[in-house]
Amino acid sequence: MSGYTREFKELIKRVEATRPARVEKARRGEHFPALTMSQRKEWLSAYHPDYKSEGRRAVAVGPSKGQVLPEEVAVLLESRSLLDPDRVSLDEADYETDVLVIGGGGAGTAAALAAEEAGAKVLLSTKLRHGDSNTVMAEGGIQCADQEGDSPYFHYLDVIGGGHFTNKPDLVAALANDAPLIIHWLEGLGMMFDKLPGGRMKVRHGGGTSRKRMHSAGDMTGAEIMRVIRDESRNRTEKIKVLEFSPAVELLTDGSGAVAGAVLYNIETKEYYVVRAKAVVIATGGFGRLHIQGFPTTNHYGATADGIVMAYRAGVGLQDLDSTQYHPTGAVYPEQNVGLLITEKVRGLGAQLLNIDGEEFCFPLEPRDVESSCILRECLDVGKGIPTPTGRVGVWLDSPMIDILHGEGTVRKELPAKYIQFKRYDIDISKEPMLVFPTLHYQNGGLSINERCETTLRGLYAAGEVSGGVHGRNRLMGNSLLDVLVFGRRAGSGAAEYAKSLRQSPAPTLEHVRAFHRELEGAGIEDPVTGPVLLPDYAPEHVKKRQWD
Amino acid sequence: MGKDKDAIKPLATGDRTIPPEGARMIPIYIMGREYQVPETLTVMKAVEYAGYRYVRGCGCRGGICGACATFYRFVGDYKLKAGLACQTVVGPGMIIVQLPFFPANRPDYDLENIDEGALHEELRRLYPEVFKCVGCGTCTRTCPMDIDVMDYIALMKRGDLKGAAQKSFDCVMCGLCTSRCPAQISQFTAAMFVRRLCGKYLMPKAEHLAKRVEEVKSGRYEKMLKELTEMSEEDVKKLYVEREREPDMAEPGTWLPEDKEHL
Repeated sequence: MSGYTREFKELIKRVEATRPARVEKARRGEHFPALTMSQRKEWLSAYHPDYKSEGRRAVAVGPSKGQVLPEEVAVLLESRSLLDPDRVSLDEADYETDVLVIGGGGAGTAAALAAEEAGAKVLLSTKLRHGDSNTVMAEGGIQCADQEGDSPYFHYLDVIGGGHFTNKPDLVAALANDAPLIIHWLEGLGMMFDKLPGGRMKVRHGGGTSRKRMHSAGDMTGAEIMRVIRDESRNRTEKIKVLEFSPAVELLTDGSGAVAGAVLYNIETKEYYVVRAKAVVIATGGFGRLHIQGFPTTNHYGATADGIVMAYRAGVGLQDLDSTQYHPTGAVYPEQNVGLLITEKVRGLGAQLLNIDGEEFCFPLEPRDVESSCILRECLDVGKGIPTPTGRVGVWLDSPMIDILHGEGTVRKELPAKYIQFKRYDIDISKEPMLVFPTLHYQNGGLSINERCETTLRGLYAAGEVSGGVHGRNRLMGNSLLDVLVFGRRAGSGAAEYAKSLRQSPAPTLEHVRAFHRELEGAGIEDPVTGPVLLPDYAPEHVKKRQWD
Repeated sequence: MGKDKDAIKPLATGDRTIPPEGARMIPIYIMGREYQVPETLTVMKAVEYAGYRYVRGCGCRGGICGACATFYRFVGDYKLKAGLACQTVVGPGMIIVQLPFFPANRPDYDLENIDEGALHEELRRLYPEVFKCVGCGTCTRTCPMDIDVMDYIALMKRGDLKGAAQKSFDCVMCGLCTSRCPAQISQFTAAMFVRRLCGKYLMPKAEHLAKRVEEVKSGRYEKMLKELTEMSEEDVKKLYVEREREPDMAEPGTWLPEDKEHL
């Protein structure tokens, strides 16, 4: 497997032939015309997978009964608990805490830090290692209106327009307003932002932004955020206890509308633990590893919608969970990199999308759903995609333009992780373009929350990808890293304050699970699966056939 | 334009690899036991192809989280190699073991209360072992991110903390360097500490950000945002469509829009 095949090399010559003229145009500030609002709508409904009718159905039970959702999600919302409520003893708690945070990614860790700062004793449980999350994988940046020509007002407009005006306005306002506080907090924690020599933040455009407000740390922005806030929580182990490899599998409630803790599961020893908590923050992330409609995903191994399943059973309704973000540029070649995220920063730095003839076919910085629709159209309708040896198809992302526009060495400096990931397969992305196709990237919707991250279950907070409404039906680049930190911190401090208002944690029950099981029976759902699924199963058929039990 | 939208089929198979046509089967040894897997798979996908379901040793599957540190040798070759399982391609005769966890030294510290003039001393106090590096270079040869680990340790010894921070920036904290160090240094945790020192004390502060934080705290934007949240969708749409776009090549902080009222 060394580099591009001979066939690809021939096709790349077409890209090289059109490049000088394209670079000249870019230098003059000219670009391929963006779609109008009505064209956007038309292309989305014709090409975006969310608008397909197959593979989707109404969920039959629960607080959002009747909502049409992807099959992969609906079946889990109609699942039975892993626990038999009659066999679980809740008499003695294994852990007691003020605030239980479920999930150890960006939102969970931010919540834990904020709750601790508000004086709470915190237990953080996470399914894999502390930090294993989509946060760590976010590459391109984090938005914040801190430059003189920008303000939270314009940030708000970009977010809500990018979301096709389906966002919850109060959540958007919170996101835009708190952004400078978050970036400042990170700077104070010693995060190494990309800065100009005088200390001014380097900023760029992202898809759908009117101002350059994308802050970054190389192309490892999420990894840098995650390792910094995780490191900080490790300095506070007196007050923040972390349990790794211990996903929550069920919430506990008091039977009358308040949360009371959760049941954790040690996935190595197979033991369950009872946690009594005055307040609970759910920050379990999204559903990428359910592979909605069979798409590959950029998501981490644990992204299996656990929090959605648990909270839904406990009566928390959903917002826009039928809306999935396909990132326009996932790698489709080489096979080892399939699904790998190619950050939007590549396009922010000037790389264009090209068809098999080396021609542009769209404005490279449309909102993500629109951009993905443009690529799907070019490959599947216009038929000018580039086929790969494994039967996939993609379009070129002309990364060599970056060094030409910004100077030799820019790709290596600004996109070090991407450079290494392709160099391993003998592809130098500063000299050769990448092949890309949309890949499942983000759960746009989720649990319904307000701007204080409260859910309808008293004492239960949700933050980050598990929640819905911040981004509406489409998220812009650089707003999810911001989302996890803004709402993670809001959830953490809110939960701590709520915990303070209680003398002791409510008596825990699994009444809501019993009720949900009765509802499943009542709806005639035979033989439901059990959930949450916790980990995806990638065993091939030849192995499954031999797993006789 | 516009074929039937339902005719569009995603060209995808979740995360199961499609081996290229005619891919050979090759033997690999997972902790010594032989399995036949298609060539061109990554170690991670080959282990799954063999039938393992990961609990530990698997995270982002994209080469950035550091969960899948792996050592391997080839049959008949004395050389010990290292890589990330999600990024390393299997070869015939590869003998594999993953290292999902490795104990590291990580003393607590209070970043807010460190003497800014004595950062190097603080490093020496917390990580005295860094200064006992024997210069063997095994860490550098082991690093799956191609970081010159020994060199950043040398920079730390010399007191060039900014250099060490920058040089270690691509670290995914997998722990492979630490597992091989004869001087028992936990390079990756020391580097984490030094990067935070750098971000907090050695890089210049963003003054425009501090100013904006004051404005946010004064409540200046809450009022503007309330206006927007209470506006009709039609009016917000109009504002959205009429937004001015900052030119791509404008230097940060130099461009100003026509609408200065909402800054």
